[in-house]
Amino acid sequence: MTATTPLSTVATVPSAAAAHRVPLSRLTLVELRKLADTRAGLWLLIVIGLATAATSVIMLGWADDSEQTFSALYTFGLVPSAVLLPVLGILSVTSEWSQRTALSTFTLVPARVRVMLAKVAAGVLIAVAATVATAVLAAVANLVALGTGGDGSWTLDPTLIWQSLLLQIIFVLMGNAFGALLLNTPLAIVAFFALPTVWTVLGDSIRALRDAAGWLDLNVTSQALLERDMTSGEWARLAASAAVWVVLPLLLGTVRVLRREVS
Amino acid sequence: MITVENLTKTYGTQRAVDDVSFTCEPGTVTGFLGPNGAGKSTTMRMICGLTPPTTGRSAIDGVPYQRLGNPGRHVGVLLDASAQHAGRTGREVLALAAITMGLDTDRVSERLQRVGLNDAAAKRRVRAYSLGMRQRLGLAYALIGDPAVLILDEPANGLDPEGIHWMRGLLRDFADRGGTVLLSSHLLREVEVIADRLVVIGNGRILTQGAKEQLLGAAGTSVRTMDPAALDALLQRMGLTGTRSADGSVLVPSDPQTIGQAAAAAGVVLLELRPAGAGGLEEMFLRLTAGPQPEEVSR
Repeated sequence: MTATTPLSTVATVPSAAAAHRVPLSRLTLVELRKLADTRAGLWLLIVIGLATAATSVIMLGWADDSEQTFSALYTFGLVPSAVLLPVLGILSVTSEWSQRTALSTFTLVPARVRVMLAKVAAGVLIAVAATVATAVLAAVANLVALGTGGDGSWTLDPTLIWQSLLLQIIFVLMGNAFGALLLNTPLAIVAFFALPTVWTVLGDSIRALRDAAGWLDLNVTSQALLERDMTSGEWARLAASAAVWVVLPLLLGTVRVLRREVS
Repeated sequence: MITVENLTKTYGTQRAVDDVSFTCEPGTVTGFLGPNGAGKSTTMRMICGLTPPTTGRSAIDGVPYQRLGNPGRHVGVLLDASAQHAGRTGREVLALAAITMGLDTDRVSERLQRVGLNDAAAKRRVRAYSLGMRQRLGLAYALIGDPAVLILDEPANGLDPEGIHWMRGLLRDFADRGGTVLLSSHLLREVEVIADRLVVIGNGRILTQGAKEQLLGAAGTSVRTMDPAALDALLQRMGLTGTRSADGSVLVPSDPQTIGQAAAAAGVVLLELRPAGAGGLEEMFLRLTAGPQPEEVSR
């Protein structure tokens, strides 16, 4: 490494206030890119891809021929991304603090709430992309099933498409929310996986909590998203539990990010 | 241009920054001097909108940092070269900044070359960078939006002598083209070559500020004598307090002519009589900043 010639940068003096704000679309693009440009993020995406492919292999290799349908391949294929994409959502927020990049992120975009909005938008987009990729993979697997004597039927209830998409989005945003609330990677990951499970166990074992669990246990209420034609009661329960596990922590976490001093 | 007006930051009962005001004009390099924990970094973080001030305000070209629409195009900021994701490559770090500012990522390679990071270094992850390389990457990051103002916290940290020399040239060139530079350091020697103005801070308060020549001129006189006792008596009669340096000379807060005339009148033999300059300023600065309590290390 040697010293180089002085910069020929011309110091312009633009009028500072007149500048356009960085548009949210550009910030979202940056946040999407940040999901995949580190070794941790890239490998997480690769593992999700491989695990999703593995679900198809398992179905084709070991499931009964009659079960080898597009619908079954697709719903089983959603499991890896539903479990692991939220970790990406957590990292998206916590890495700014654990890797101290918040310092440069917020000097380039002082309006922190816009950075949080971009992270949420990036989370939604990555969830949509994962769902589409799963559908493509399931379609390929279904073609294979047709060739190897499986059922291979293509029927998929349209409501399931939207519902499964919503399922993915809810869990990625829950990752964002837990990341923002705790601002600590290991703590947020443990809390994300442990707390809902603890709540499920408590709801199952304590009679007094059973009614509440039916409304507030996201693990239970989100199951309905993988069955077609959700009832209004199921939607209400899902909304209530998502408010508690996703919306509330996301709001509190955003307030925390806005207030926290960067050093 | 950077304007800082009465910035104050208190943490609990401790005043980290206490009523700090100064201005950095276009075309100048301002050295922000003070020991560790004096409040330099906190002041700079407040200017950049990262830490809300308790009272007071600051602005870049008359606009508070928070209200700059695309700050990277106006202000280049390097507060901590180590605050980059260890798992990103140097090229990626700059690309993210360029995209955020709405610039073409084509400029990234060239900018890395300019700060002395070649293609091989650009492809490596920041984890593998030395502190000097991180500082160079940080400078490229601060400069990528072609800003008119630079705010740099201890940019010479970790650079080798050649790197420090290179950085001085870069900043001098930047200021000569009409840019405004604010850079902090805890070593006067590091900034006295390049700074036009100095702002000296200690225990959160501004101790002195002004043009470098003026401050160096006012730093007192270095006096050496054959008879220290006679000199002490003379200074006492003049109402001055001298500070004895390790090399045996005495730093007197007065000009050489006054002391020379008084010494001649009193018959005190002087071996050396000269303006103390940078050494004197440093000594004054150490004396002013040495508090009764041990210095707290800045965060």
